[in-house]
Amino acid sequence: MGVTIAQERAEAVRLRARFLEAGAENVDCAILQPAETLLDLYGEDIRARTYVTHDPARGEVMLRPDFTVPVVQMHMETGAAPSRYTYAGEVFRRQEEHPERAPEYFQVGFELFADDDPAQADAEVFALFAETLAPYRLRAVTGDIGILTAAVAGLETSERRRTALMRHIWRPRRFRALLDRYSGRSPVPPSRKALLAREAPMESAGPAIGLRSEAEIAARIASLREDAAEGPLCDSQVALIDTLLAVRETCSFALEQLHDIAVDMPALRPAVEHFERRCEALAARGVDVATLEFEASYGRSSMEYYDGFVFGFVPTARPDLPPVATGGRYDALTERLGNGRAAPAVGGVVRPGLLLQTGERA
Amino acid sequence: MSVKLGVPSKGRLMEKTFDWFGARGVGLTRTGNDREYAGAVDGVEGVDLVLLSAGEIPRELAAGRIHLGVTGTDLIREKLVQWDQKVEPLAELGFGQADLIVAVPSCWVDVDTLDDLDAAAAAFRAQHGFRMRIATKYHRLVREYLRQGGVADYQLVDSQGATEGTVKNLTAEAVADITSTGDTLRANHLKVIDEEPVLRSQATLFRSRTAKLDEDERTALRTLMAKLDV
Repeated sequence: MGVTIAQERAEAVRLRARFLEAGAENVDCAILQPAETLLDLYGEDIRARTYVTHDPARGEVMLRPDFTVPVVQMHMETGAAPSRYTYAGEVFRRQEEHPERAPEYFQVGFELFADDDPAQADAEVFALFAETLAPYRLRAVTGDIGILTAAVAGLETSERRRTALMRHIWRPRRFRALLDRYSGRSPVPPSRKALLAREAPMESAGPAIGLRSEAEIAARIASLREDAAEGPLCDSQVALIDTLLAVRETCSFALEQLHDIAVDMPALRPAVEHFERRCEALAARGVDVATLEFEASYGRSSMEYYDGFVFGFVPTARPDLPPVATGGRYDALTERLGNGRAAPAVGGVVRPGLLLQTGERA
Repeated sequence: MSVKLGVPSKGRLMEKTFDWFGARGVGLTRTGNDREYAGAVDGVEGVDLVLLSAGEIPRELAAGRIHLGVTGTDLIREKLVQWDQKVEPLAELGFGQADLIVAVPSCWVDVDTLDDLDAAAAAFRAQHGFRMRIATKYHRLVREYLRQGGVADYQLVDSQGATEGTVKNLTAEAVADITSTGDTLRANHLKVIDEEPVLRSQATLFRSRTAKLDEDERTALRTLMAKLDV
């Protein structure tokens, strides 16, 4: 066990050398990051997993939980596509639920910003990680959040419902609750029924206090009325989402299944074709897609900023450990940080400490 | 050495705790003058009374500096990570009941469930450009509760007192606070959302799982617990 910080750092430097060989430029970023940016992106939940502290002049600051956000910011200020970056350094994560896990560890990353041919970019990054990690006993898992978002975007229902579902793509339980309610599987709460039954619900509501205005309340009631009038989401539509989320196969078989599902949901076709192109690009780089695992729901609960291709490398002999490497595509993140200007990007990180801990090379 | 029993140092909580122990044949009293935080234990040998702020009792129990302590479940859960590995609840004392709840303005007729709160938060953020503010001092408990409930697009703002006033003062849109009767909430035009509370709390006697005991202390603790029937 006992991996020292010096060993971890040496391993990080070694891994970074591989990424430099692959054409990446070495970058670094500040350990103290403005908390506001990260909280606005990930929400209040991230506080439970990060160290937030207060600086009298700068306000709330956060010990960097990863490098992705600062690297995206740096790229958007100065870089031009295509750009490849690598970095190695400590990140900090509070471990309230798992005190036995390290709250401070090294990450070595590789990020590729490329405007053209996302399938090629995805394949380049995955192949680089697969090759770098080949000597270790690790199992690779892949997924594609883009397929799920395409399915939601293609649902035959109102824009409002699609938007609400899209907002909770990364919260599987809440996503399920919304689907159940829209499809009528779960009953309308009594309070909602009572509200909709009243002709003038705003009357006798008590004095208007706070920043949320009467107009905002009235707007939500109006949208609730519209939603109630819309009727339930068709069962077959929900079944399609369920079938999709259950796809768990090797890439080759998953592709077949997804093509089948796309017959009933044509909106899925571009995303499935994109997946097919990625498989071809992976194969061209020597990745065996006939054995590579694909899980349609992979990355939904733990990798909240990925919105396309996702991957992870998990230690086969140590299921208790978190993945040794994770990565994916995060176009939407760059769009939010760039105020609407996107910089399509895909990347990943390796944890050298875990790599040393999983022990022997195969 | 002796067994250390931590009890809230003032107010109703202290008096009720004294009554509860008294009814079981263990006399707790404050000694010295009114302002001096010193106390005595009658009816059982080898137990020292330590008067502390209720908010500090969780920390002292977790650190093993006191063996037993009376405080609210809310404080134990908020202040101790993995609380159940550090302390063991021995008895609920039947007073100090309070629920930690989430409340919104009564005029929000469209918000009754966490589902509603989440939808309102999304719309609020789109309209106002910042995440909906919920004022509280129970950051960990409330954050976990809202995470479980699938609420996003909110932020917690710290409020150590007069939390119910924050909505009217426009420093928060909603609150999460301890309430027993709900009177203060109603007086401030707030309503409790129609869900299970974040936590149901009451004054509880806890045993430290980390405090060390020598032979004498072990005997004294056993005698005390037998007398209290816990």
